[in-house]
Amino acid sequence: MKRTWPQSFLWLTLLIIVAIALIPILIDSASLREDLFLTLMLVILASSINIIMGYTGYVSFGHIVFFGLGGYFAFFLMLNYQVHFVLAALASGVGASVFAFLLGIPVLRLRGAYFALATIGINEAVRSFVTNFEPFGGAVGMFFNYAVYDAYGGARNALWFAYYAIVAVALVTVAASFLIKKSKFGLGLMAIREDQDTAQVLGIDPTRYKVLAYTCSAFFPALAGAIFFFKNGIIEPGPAFALLRSIEGLVMVMLGGYGTVTGPIVGAVVYERLRAFLITNPNFSSLHLFIAGLLLLVIVLFVTAGVVGWLRQRVPLLRRYLE
Amino acid sequence: MNIDALVPSSIDGLMLGFVYGLAAMGLTLIFGVMRVINLAHGPVIALGMFAVYLIGTQFGVNPYLGLIAVLVLGLVLGIVMYFVAVHRVINAPELTTLLATFSVNLMIIGLGTVVFTTTPRAIDMDLGAFRTGAITILGTKVVAVLIAIAVTVGLYLFLYRTRVGKSIRAVANNRAAAELMGINTTGVLALSFGIGIMLAMTSGGLIATLFSFTILAGGVYELKSFVIVVLGGLGNPTGALVGGIVLGLLEGLTTIFMPVGWVPIIEYGVFVLILLIRPTGLFGAR
Repeated sequence: MKRTWPQSFLWLTLLIIVAIALIPILIDSASLREDLFLTLMLVILASSINIIMGYTGYVSFGHIVFFGLGGYFAFFLMLNYQVHFVLAALASGVGASVFAFLLGIPVLRLRGAYFALATIGINEAVRSFVTNFEPFGGAVGMFFNYAVYDAYGGARNALWFAYYAIVAVALVTVAASFLIKKSKFGLGLMAIREDQDTAQVLGIDPTRYKVLAYTCSAFFPALAGAIFFFKNGIIEPGPAFALLRSIEGLVMVMLGGYGTVTGPIVGAVVYERLRAFLITNPNFSSLHLFIAGLLLLVIVLFVTAGVVGWLRQRVPLLRRYLE
Repeated sequence: MNIDALVPSSIDGLMLGFVYGLAAMGLTLIFGVMRVINLAHGPVIALGMFAVYLIGTQFGVNPYLGLIAVLVLGLVLGIVMYFVAVHRVINAPELTTLLATFSVNLMIIGLGTVVFTTTPRAIDMDLGAFRTGAITILGTKVVAVLIAIAVTVGLYLFLYRTRVGKSIRAVANNRAAAELMGINTTGVLALSFGIGIMLAMTSGGLIATLFSFTILAGGVYELKSFVIVVLGGLGNPTGALVGGIVLGLLEGLTTIFMPVGWVPIIEYGVFVLILLIRPTGLFGAR
């Protein structure tokens, strides 16, 4: 029972996600679908950030760069070479991973604040580059003709198609996040997080582990970016490389629980619900940023472990079951 | 490419560099003393702009006199910020302090957009201009440079010649040892944070006399400050001024050789390269 429990926990988590994801399909609700699309996209983003930040202890502030690059690669392939969406998305994921791999080798030598600053610099550099890069449409970006969606059964079906795709990617991301944590590789990453030098002495190759973790954590946001901008039909440098969204991802990880599998999921859902509530509530809509900031401050100062981490600390029984 | 523009652009860049350097000094001082990267740096710069603007429009005070009030305001705000957001997590890992200061960023931006909206404002200042040939030097820029230099010299004298300044440097060097020598480290940390915020707000006030601004305008200068701080070495206030001048010159010169759009790529490219090759900065010791 004890040995098989972690696996069952993973299946349970995936099952819950699938069950919730089925609701808009069953009741054929477009607005619920859009809500869930956004939430699942944030789950992907937060879980990916958690791999490099929660497990490995490297705070990637500019992680949105992979989301944007993924979006641009896929969009470029679909627009200019009529590549099928699924193929284009996978290619963009691989592209972003290769980029992360090449970038990670030098950048992951930096530690702590230096690494965080470097990732901001990379995101801004890529954003300015894309803004001036004519094949990607420069500052104006690129947009689809509606005919593009004909291959997927029209624009309306394409929206559903994008939804299925994001559900699939979210499931794979959560599973990957779980499997990494439970593997020897994940143990190595956590050893690096606790004390890199000691980990090295014990026979872990920090560079290899970190670069691999960074490469993995770049793959899923790129897929999410590809799907998001496919659905949008337009891609511009500003929304693609929005630093604020990147930092929101960190907030979600902190909110849910740093270094846990379910933490980023809980964090993404809570943050997105809260923001939706604040924006639509007439009393709070103009103050939503202020309230979000206040909430973040309270969490950072008083509940450092996040929701899931706090539960694990308070209820010792849960430590065995809740990942 | 336009060689005639070489001299005016570099003079312009050089002068802006001093103001950039002043902004970055606030960021680097805070990092040097307590290893905290202040992600509320940009909004604080914007607050400085609005403080000078409001003191000017509400009370009819000359912006340069208003700056004196901004100095005091910045110091107080910084000390309050320290005790509200930073003090409790000062020994926590970087991520915690990054997020704590970012939450302050969100709060300032959130309140600021409600109170000030995002309509651009400008301070109407005209101190004439000095012209020879292709070179035009605005009076406001000259004053901004002079004030930036005066504040830098003041900071230097404070850090190296006064007892309080020496204890700030002692705490930056080794907090535990400083505490053992009887220095009130909490007080010193709060004061340093206050001075950091004061410098950021002052630079914001100076920028407001040069360009139009909104509550979101600080973001650009925050990113520039990161670049400068890395150029000059994280935690090194005098390095920040030199870094600012380098960045200003770089901006001025690159616009001659390539389209304006490419300037940020060069800036951030240089930034990442320097982090990788010389993380202690161009002029960093050790």
